[in-house]
Amino acid sequence: MHLIPCPYCGQRPQDEFHYRGDATVKRPAPDAGEQAFYDYVYTRENPRGWHDEWWHHYAGCRQWIKVRRNTLTHAVAASAGPADALPEATP
Amino acid sequence: MLARPEPIADRYSAWRLLTESLSSNRGWKPAWRKPEPKPAYDVIIVGGGGHGLATAHYLASVHGITNVAVVEKGPIGLGNAGRNTTIVRSNYGLPSNTRFYEWSLKLWEGLEQDLNYNVMMSQRGVLNLFHSDSQRDATARRGNSMRLQGVDAELLDREQVRAMAPFIAIDNPMFPIFGGLLQRRGGTARHDAVVWGFARAADRRGVDIIEHCEVTGIRREGGRVIGVETTRGFIGAKKVGVAVAGNTSRLATMAGLKLPVESHLLQAFVSEAIKPMIDSVVTFGAGHFYISQSDKGGLVFGGDLDGYNSYSQRGNLPLVEHLMGAAVSMIPSMSRLRVLRQWAGIMDMTMDSSPFICKTPIDGLYFNGGWCYGGFKATPGSGWCFAHTIANDAPHAFNADLTIERFRDGRMIDERGAGPNPWAQ
Amino acid sequence: MTSRRLPAGGLIDRSKTIRFSFDGRELSGHPGDTLASALLANGVRLVGRSFKYHRPRGIMTAGPDEPNALVELREGARREPNSKATEIELHDGLVSRSQNRWPSLAFDVMALNALAGKALSAGFYYKTFMWPKRFWETLYEPLIRRAAGLGRAATEADPDHYEAMHAHCDVLVVGSGAAGLAATRAAGEAGARVILCERDALVGGGLLICPQHQAWHAEMLAALKALPNVEILPRTNVFGYYDHNLLGGLEQVADHRREPGEHEVRQRYRTFRAKQVVLAAGASERLIALPGNDRPGVMMAGAALTYLRRFGVAPGENVVVFTNNDSAYETALALAEAGLGQVTLADVRPQSELAGVVAARGVQVRLGTEVAGFDGKVALLRPRGGTLGDPVVADLLCLSGGWNPNVQLASQSGAKTRWDATLASHVPGEPVQGERSAGAARGLFGIGAAAHDGAEAGEAAATAAGFQSKPGFALPELGRSEQALAPLWEVKAPGKSFVDLQHDVTAEDIRLAHREGYAHIEHAKRYTTHAMATDQGKLGSLVGAAILAEARGEPVEAVGVPTHRPYTMPVAVGALAGHTSGAHFQPVRRTALHDWHLRNGAAMQPTGAWLRPFYYQKPGETGWAPIFREARAVRSAVGICDVSTLGKIDVQGPDAATFLDRLYINSFSTLAVGKCRYGVMLREDGIVFDDGTTSRLGDEHFLVTTTTGNAAPVLEHMEFHAQTVWPELDVQFCSVTDQWAQIAVAGPKARETLAAAVEGLDLSNEAFPFMGVGEGTIAGVPVRLFRISFSGELAYEVAVPSSQAETVWEAILAEGKPFGIEPYGLEAMSLMRVEKGHAAGPELNGQTTAADLGMGRMMKKAGDVIGRVLASRPGLADPGRPRLVGVRPVDPAQRLRGGAHIVGEPGSGTSLGWVSSVTQSIEHKCWIGLALVENGESLKGQRLFAVSPLHQESVAVTITSPHHVDPENARVRA
Repeated sequence: MHLIPCPYCGQRPQDEFHYRGDATVKRPAPDAGEQAFYDYVYTRENPRGWHDEWWHHYAGCRQWIKVRRNTLTHAVAASAGPADALPEATP
Repeated sequence: MLARPEPIADRYSAWRLLTESLSSNRGWKPAWRKPEPKPAYDVIIVGGGGHGLATAHYLASVHGITNVAVVEKGPIGLGNAGRNTTIVRSNYGLPSNTRFYEWSLKLWEGLEQDLNYNVMMSQRGVLNLFHSDSQRDATARRGNSMRLQGVDAELLDREQVRAMAPFIAIDNPMFPIFGGLLQRRGGTARHDAVVWGFARAADRRGVDIIEHCEVTGIRREGGRVIGVETTRGFIGAKKVGVAVAGNTSRLATMAGLKLPVESHLLQAFVSEAIKPMIDSVVTFGAGHFYISQSDKGGLVFGGDLDGYNSYSQRGNLPLVEHLMGAAVSMIPSMSRLRVLRQWAGIMDMTMDSSPFICKTPIDGLYFNGGWCYGGFKATPGSGWCFAHTIANDAPHAFNADLTIERFRDGRMIDERGAGPNPWAQ
Repeated sequence: MTSRRLPAGGLIDRSKTIRFSFDGRELSGHPGDTLASALLANGVRLVGRSFKYHRPRGIMTAGPDEPNALVELREGARREPNSKATEIELHDGLVSRSQNRWPSLAFDVMALNALAGKALSAGFYYKTFMWPKRFWETLYEPLIRRAAGLGRAATEADPDHYEAMHAHCDVLVVGSGAAGLAATRAAGEAGARVILCERDALVGGGLLICPQHQAWHAEMLAALKALPNVEILPRTNVFGYYDHNLLGGLEQVADHRREPGEHEVRQRYRTFRAKQVVLAAGASERLIALPGNDRPGVMMAGAALTYLRRFGVAPGENVVVFTNNDSAYETALALAEAGLGQVTLADVRPQSELAGVVAARGVQVRLGTEVAGFDGKVALLRPRGGTLGDPVVADLLCLSGGWNPNVQLASQSGAKTRWDATLASHVPGEPVQGERSAGAARGLFGIGAAAHDGAEAGEAAATAAGFQSKPGFALPELGRSEQALAPLWEVKAPGKSFVDLQHDVTAEDIRLAHREGYAHIEHAKRYTTHAMATDQGKLGSLVGAAILAEARGEPVEAVGVPTHRPYTMPVAVGALAGHTSGAHFQPVRRTALHDWHLRNGAAMQPTGAWLRPFYYQKPGETGWAPIFREARAVRSAVGICDVSTLGKIDVQGPDAATFLDRLYINSFSTLAVGKCRYGVMLREDGIVFDDGTTSRLGDEHFLVTTTTGNAAPVLEHMEFHAQTVWPELDVQFCSVTDQWAQIAVAGPKARETLAAAVEGLDLSNEAFPFMGVGEGTIAGVPVRLFRISFSGELAYEVAVPSSQAETVWEAILAEGKPFGIEPYGLEAMSLMRVEKGHAAGPELNGQTTAADLGMGRMMKKAGDVIGRVLASRPGLADPGRPRLVGVRPVDPAQRLRGGAHIVGEPGSGTSLGWVSSVTQSIEHKCWIGLALVENGESLKGQRLFAVSPLHQESVAVTITSPHHVDPENARVRA
């Protein structure tokens, strides 16, 4: 059971959250065209290491939070609210 | 379509086993050599798992291309090839999948003879259970699709399931069993033996299997691949095929490509060995649980993904608790059995749960990946189709739909309809 | 059979006698015994047969490392195969059986396998059984399967219960030997909340067999008892070290009794979230490979000491102790002091400081000596490296090849292990999580050294957890430092030398694996099955690795060890499942009207998480009868149905309409207040996600309904887009599914029924037309009314606060009575929706587009809509895709099957589509269905075939409109 630091509720167990995935992809403008939407929906950096991702605190504050998590070690470095930015980089 | 096996110098046979035993087993040769890499090859296969080794074997045996190297960052067969639950089946509903997996199953059926290695392919049947009328209809759609394509499938009712698998809690309060779809030709095989068998067969035909040789770059020149950078130096190649389940995105990045793939964790479990209890492979649709019993006697089982991107091969407890709950719900007599070991593999999850075996925008570079959690059963078919694609620079009809472009074109092969959500597939 | 119980000594209660049975023989022991110690005390030497060669085997260890003494414990539904006799606490009425033998333990037919030994070398099965092809499944494999597998599982459901408990602590200590006790006390005195887990029933580890430290042991236990912040959990094995410093453990609550008490759990699965962890799980003694090292009568030296001192049992009379290190001298000494028979100590080292001490007590010490074979009666001793040996009569051979620190948990935590040349073993490396190892678990042996190290580790852990340490308790003296061991893995001599006793892997098998190229440790392990048995290779894993290293011509450390993964000891599946299985596998959702349904004959069925009435059965009704009756009531008069499970989301705010316009392919900004509209939403990939009606309750106030199954996913989808994609939109929403019960009233008499029940709302067609929304009261309860229809009849849905659902339901029923109102369930609803041609779950299956379902024209011309862009990809926009149509058998007597495929000709293998839903139509008096068929639109009126090869059926069908009843939609507007 991982611990996810919710910026609103504090450290909470992972089973209070639903996972969505990559938080670096942004929904394109409606007229951006098929390729832009294809990239948004389908293609992923899928890094081995630090990964910014969406977690939904569905059994808590119901906010979609951004979490910076390491896909190799499962360490969590930072989190932020849905409209907030994560820190620049994690070593 | 299969090439005739060439005579192998040190063929395995019962007679040989006996004569060797009389000389204290001193005469056995290594199953594969440990060669130094040559400066260049016609084809380099990146990835010494089941798929990569099978590709090399079929390049040599079917297409006569023997100047081939398989480069592997560690020892062969210790990625997903050595971490799966060994299930073999072709019970898919969408024709693009059925075609491919059925060809793979046909190859399985002759694999021992082709490889002169007992991979213990055991056609003990794969039974998919369903738990409601609408699940039955969806399952029947799949079974009928299989039958129309000439693949074996049978629909069992409750009583037939009870007779076949008396250990199942058929009246489970939340997931009553309504029936099952049985593919008798499905079953299990011994995963390590598949790796070793392909390695030995490829090696005997001249393929160099180069272990402890990690690819660090894919060298290109004018839109064409010319070889790979490795921890043991540059190795030239006219063509490079990548088959690195779990790490496909990393290799794609080396080639400047971005794929519709996420890496996820899948756990598997084995119980202590017990006397025969479960004869076929059984999967439970509702409880996300599948199980079979190995020849050694251990119950081998698994379920859902852990549900977040990961390259760690470290499982997590929530999934364990859920899965064990499903196990006891479906097979109450499992409760007192002890689980001996747990392990995890990295799955390349695509955005429609189906794989790709295809060319790439870079000439001479081919990708084989996105096997989600179905890669083991695909091993011979994947190697065969990948070899064909590399040898002819064009796919075979069996893998013609298994492209990456299908996502761009809206021709997803989404068996479960889960959509572009890898964690939900 | 003579008693082997010593006249005195041991931590057993000789005043009480316990009766138990082994293979049907009635035997006795004492409280404090394990099954193993009791068997030994009764003179039982042969306890099992090995996996492959079915060789006779005896008790080898006194703990979880046991490879041989595996029994079927208990009977019937409580039967537990492969239970280690060394881990079973003896209890009255215990029933145990040996396993993997036929017909009996003493005479096992399968032992013939041993004669074919060399042909059954490692991996032999990969090289044969290939001819003829079909014989694998029919002959070879069934034989292999029957021969393998050890014990038998129970065949019935487990009558016992399990539970989970989750604990948080500052410091978790694993293991209660000198190091663990000292660590616990140090951390505890510093003020940290400490949990100490001990696998054994008794706390003390190695202290339990150290008479000279008894006083310190007792003082430590008393001191820990006095600390309120320290919790000690005996019988609790920590089985796994997971991410974020979470550990999993298993507490054996009632396994030491015949069965659990009333309302008592058998085992408790525990998790520990610890700030810091001290791993003090001790060390395991390792095997020496030599011919006959698997014979009954071979025992690890440490185990022999345990049987003597803890259980008061003589494991043998004339004993040879074979060692390469100092620790076994204590065993030799204890055996000699017990005054049993001749004790010979063979030490491979040329000299030993302890030789004189033990010789003075009667032990015959032979330095520079090795044991080159053992047959259960005689051990062959010879000078180290020599060829000629002399026989020494011995009924017991004790082995000590050195000690391996138990690094499993440290390794699981992510820490790499490090090779320690002095110990010739792996020790824990740099921690990556909040853990540290102490005592023997990191290679510091001896009570004094372990205690000092444990105290330091406990202090450091408490400091790291934020406590100021002030431990002030006495520790045992450090004691003499041990003489270095001489690494010894194998004595090469003719015969089978085992490295894995349970799986019958020999040193020669390892060398064969190497010769055949399986030279990597993982390959060798998998090829030979070395270290993969239920004892997890604790005795011989490293021995096998060393033999492989020698074959490779490399040092042992170059070979590495296989990765450690959970579980340190096997764990019952039921324990990990806890209470969440069977009826409690997942929470069950019930509607506010659940009890009414039960009182009124509803057949409740699980649908997803909900329990819903499928139909209401009346006496004498069978098969489809209740479903037809209910549907007929709706079609001809009036019916009432609980539709509360639909998802309901209340949406408010100035931008609510804009927000809904982007979620749905059709518009809601144009919807008038007091009206509702059917809507379809897509996933971003252009596939249909969900559908439902949305009502406008005010300018800035909407009520969205979703399908039952998608209630939660739709809400998350809305939250994701509102919070992260369009945070600028001023809109708020929340689920009100549980707050409102919803009741459908449908049928030609629905208006009359409701008009009699409702106050404050004019239900006339003019005042409250189709798709109207209004408010009123029923039985004094405020309700919302929606004029919407799923059945295709004149219909309303009544939303009522959940707490008053039954009042309103009963009031409507009462008013409907004159018209013959019937409650109807999911089956009748499904029948009518197929008749009406409404797409539902089987059609909204995650593979269909709006156009596939005939709703393509709902897509508004302009504006941002989720899924619009990717829905226009060629594969999804293809007009040839399967379209929703109706199907009816040409011969009305024939039945349709859901999942049948549509083909042009009966024998054709080319599928044009499939039948997604079927029912027996009460209007058409035949089976009807919905289907998705390529170019379906243009095939209407044509005759095709619905084939179900699974049923050997082929039915000629006519392709029709999906709307089997009232295609003009007149009834709903009546």
